[in-house]
Amino acid sequence: MPTKKLFVPLLVIGLIASLVTACQPTPAAKETPAPAETAAAGEETTPEEVVIGVYEPLTGAFAAGGEFTMQGVNLAYKQKPKVLGVPIKLVVVDNRSDKAEAATAMARLINQEGAIAVVGSYGSSLSMAGGEVAEKAGIPVMGCSPTNPLVTQGKDYYFRACFIDPFQGRVMAKYAVEELGVKKVAIIQDVAQDYSVGLAAFFRKAFIELTGDASGIVSFTSYQTGDQDFTAQLGATLAAKPDAIFAPGYFAEAALLAKQARELGFKGPILGGDAYEAPELIEIGGDAVEGIIFSTHYHPDAELSPASKPFVEAFEAEYGERPSAFAALGYDAYMLTIDAIERANSFDPAAIRDAMAATKNFPGVTGTISMDENGDAVKTAVILTVENGKFKYLTTVSP
Amino acid sequence: MMKITRNRILTLITLVVFAGFLAYSQATFNPYILRIMNLCAIFTIFAVTFNLVYGYTGQFSLGHAGFAAVGAYTAALLTMTPVQKELNFFLEPIVPVLANVQWPFLPAMLLGGVLAAVVGFLIGWPALRLRGDYLAIATLGFGEIIRVLFVNMQRVTNGSLGLKGIPEYTNVYWSWGLALVTIFVTKRLVDSSYGRALKAIRDDEVAAEALGVKLSYHKILAFTLSSFFVGIAGALLANLISTIDPKVFLFFLTYQVVGITVMGGMSSLTGSTVSACLYTVFLEALRPVESPFSIGPLRVPGVPGMRMVIFSALLLLVILFYRRGLFGQAEFSWDWFFEKTSALRARLGRTGKTAPAPSIESEEEERP
Amino acid sequence: MTLSLFFQHLANGISLGSLYALIAIGYTMVYGILRLINFAHGDIVMLGSYIAFYGVVMFFLPWWVSFPLAILLTGVVGIIIERTAYKPLREVPRINLFTSAVAVSFLLENLGLVIFGARPKGFHRPPVMDTVLYIGGAAVVSYTPIIILTALVLFGGLMFVVHRTKVGMAMRALSKDIETTGLMGVNTDQVITFSFALGSALAAAGGILWAIKFPQIQPLMGVMPGLKAFIAAVLGGIGDITGALIGGFLLGIAEIMLVAFMPNLAGYRDAFAYSILILLLLFRPTGIMGEMEPEKV
Repeated sequence: MPTKKLFVPLLVIGLIASLVTACQPTPAAKETPAPAETAAAGEETTPEEVVIGVYEPLTGAFAAGGEFTMQGVNLAYKQKPKVLGVPIKLVVVDNRSDKAEAATAMARLINQEGAIAVVGSYGSSLSMAGGEVAEKAGIPVMGCSPTNPLVTQGKDYYFRACFIDPFQGRVMAKYAVEELGVKKVAIIQDVAQDYSVGLAAFFRKAFIELTGDASGIVSFTSYQTGDQDFTAQLGATLAAKPDAIFAPGYFAEAALLAKQARELGFKGPILGGDAYEAPELIEIGGDAVEGIIFSTHYHPDAELSPASKPFVEAFEAEYGERPSAFAALGYDAYMLTIDAIERANSFDPAAIRDAMAATKNFPGVTGTISMDENGDAVKTAVILTVENGKFKYLTTVSP
Repeated sequence: MMKITRNRILTLITLVVFAGFLAYSQATFNPYILRIMNLCAIFTIFAVTFNLVYGYTGQFSLGHAGFAAVGAYTAALLTMTPVQKELNFFLEPIVPVLANVQWPFLPAMLLGGVLAAVVGFLIGWPALRLRGDYLAIATLGFGEIIRVLFVNMQRVTNGSLGLKGIPEYTNVYWSWGLALVTIFVTKRLVDSSYGRALKAIRDDEVAAEALGVKLSYHKILAFTLSSFFVGIAGALLANLISTIDPKVFLFFLTYQVVGITVMGGMSSLTGSTVSACLYTVFLEALRPVESPFSIGPLRVPGVPGMRMVIFSALLLLVILFYRRGLFGQAEFSWDWFFEKTSALRARLGRTGKTAPAPSIESEEEERP
Repeated sequence: MTLSLFFQHLANGISLGSLYALIAIGYTMVYGILRLINFAHGDIVMLGSYIAFYGVVMFFLPWWVSFPLAILLTGVVGIIIERTAYKPLREVPRINLFTSAVAVSFLLENLGLVIFGARPKGFHRPPVMDTVLYIGGAAVVSYTPIIILTALVLFGGLMFVVHRTKVGMAMRALSKDIETTGLMGVNTDQVITFSFALGSALAAAGGILWAIKFPQIQPLMGVMPGLKAFIAAVLGGIGDITGALIGGFLLGIAEIMLVAFMPNLAGYRDAFAYSILILLLLFRPTGIMGEMEPEKV
């Protein structure tokens, strides 16, 4: 076949061509000074535009969280498309909920697009992968919602707009012991998610500290992400007669778990963490999730700072729905980045990084944010419950 | 005789030029491009090893991801500093045996390959008795079992928390160097009498056995050798992205390798290499198809996930209409090169000869 | 473990098992006729539940219209898949057919991700299936007996078709010897298409019932059920429909009991199923009901 003979050389040409085009640095990259090159004083080169990168999971297992976060980021970008008088080019890259992709995405943003700062990602394991690349390149990153402590530990360039799991675990343990009077709790974790495993461990530690009684944890079982049948784990759990169940997994499994727990006759409170927050929890869980309690970063009704109310109004005007915690965090992450650039009064990544580290009492929509030495946000947590098919705000907890 | 020497010299020159290219790229290309080049090499190793087992020996094994995981975790645990390990294993301390070891890259990677080969042997020995699609499902099962084990062995692998802070030893020298070694070893194997036995097994197991070919010996040989290199590739991957967790080694990884190899042409090492590089590059080059981007006030929404849809559709089309893939069973060879360009050269008056008699090394027979 | 807790687990095992069985009988039937491990079967399960979902949510059909309609439509999709992806590969080595099935499976999954979105959606459980009954001290939701009954009824229906109708006879003949059957004047293409449609319809029924039990659908939901159904089919003897039913129930009960008696091993649940498969393939590939098929040279 004549076409076959042409096919191969054509493809080889195609390969070379794509390699060549991929190698061309985009114009924006040429604008970005490497940290070492920054003119210390005197030179005032105002670039035509600056690039702020965003890497989020737009597809794959974490797509839901990525989608929510993008709502917040896009709204913030709409409100503040310029910084220091220079228009911002927002480049969004999908990391496919995959670690290797996250590293590649970050590399692309830094080397190919010339980002001076990056926002992202939803998902601690993805943030860790991207973080390695950013750290080496010296580009500051503002995480929106990853809560695993390892994300910022030992890193100078990674920050986050949210609190971390040790704090969150403590919050829930405190609430359970002090508000609900729980003496015996059963823990069911998602062994395949680092978020869940971490949160379960921190909760357990805090619970034992608060009650002074290690036997208060009457049962500790696991399931895997994607599992849909928890009756076996619940059977063992309920046999131990707990007052409450702490199940710090993602909303999809949590909804089913709650349903099955109720079907098996469990009437006590079910507790969780910020990964519960998604409308699907109520959609899938229905009546079973009424009264479920979880900690999270934000709720539209909780006026956590003066910026909260205008944000909710703007969000509703833009999207026709109320913002979720991840949208709010996405918004805050972007705004924090802009704020850092403004305070640094420079587009030099190292200066931006220093400004980020110095953030104090920033009025974010998710609360007043200050950065601690690790780059983690010191701020309040919110406790929500589900009532009448809606998320309802219960209380705020300070560190 | 002259042709063989000429070929050898040409191959040597090409290798030297390639090495020079690597040195140049390591010095000048930005990290993003280098990362893609490294990924190309890693996927090349994956594809070539899969080709060895499937294209040449006819065994459809879907366990690649599992072997890669073994290699990756071995190399990671051995090359990480004790400080990093302590940092990572904050939930449950690491097993004491591993806590304080720190090896340099090459031995760690080699051990990763060896362990993967051992696992390959243990799996292959029972599994390779199965035929065709049963083998596929069994090896898929094994691959998944390995992954589930890693998720649950908190004290050894840190479970789902994964490992972070793996030193980034992988560079284009390592990755492409090892890719070339893999290709070289595989080529030598298939060109030898072992290779003929493998192809006989692929074409007709019963006939091969009747002719005296020891089935399990050869199958296991190919399988174990392939697993060794898959483990190496896994180690390269771990030391490239510097953080791994069991989710990196889901069946999805194996699926990509299958797709790459089928599209490149079963039994063609050239095909596997070209296909692996094309895949890695196109996946990146096609990003604009997916990501939404902003131009001033305008937001152009992309369709996330389209890349994989395109890949799956392509694979289906290849299987249905173009089963040979890109290269079929053909390999690149200098003789083929000269034959193809002889007309051109004759016209340019270089050689002053007419086209030489064809002596192509590629096999063009139809696979039964 | 108390007796009522044990019954609880048993009820659950049977309920899960009937889901596996339902999906497995379609799987095994296709294998019996085409000798194809239809890797995409699990994704057809997913398709069935999504079509049913959209029927209710987008077209506002009552569930007793949407569900049967979804089953029919999925059967049609099955025919399309067979015609495009499997038929052209009938004359070539079987391994290509399997690779094609893998490709179809991934295509369906990724299309699902793009079209339906990765976020899981809540499946509406019809109220009649949502009431809690108490049988022997165990709390049983009404969908459990409904699922078990439906699985048995559909199984009975399939057996009727296979053993009491002309088409069924053709199917049985095809599974024994495809060439001779063709020579005897049977339109093999039509019979194969019919079997595929039937298999896909059964898969869709499985998908809808699965979504009723676990009311959360997402594009990758079919992967695990598909694999487990395959394991069940192998357990019962691949190619044998009754075997698939038995295998399904056995696998469901075994899985639940494992986690019930050894909750610490809950994380290894899937690995357990795979291990069963591997052991079967190695030591008794013909399964419980299967017969040894001598390999023709």
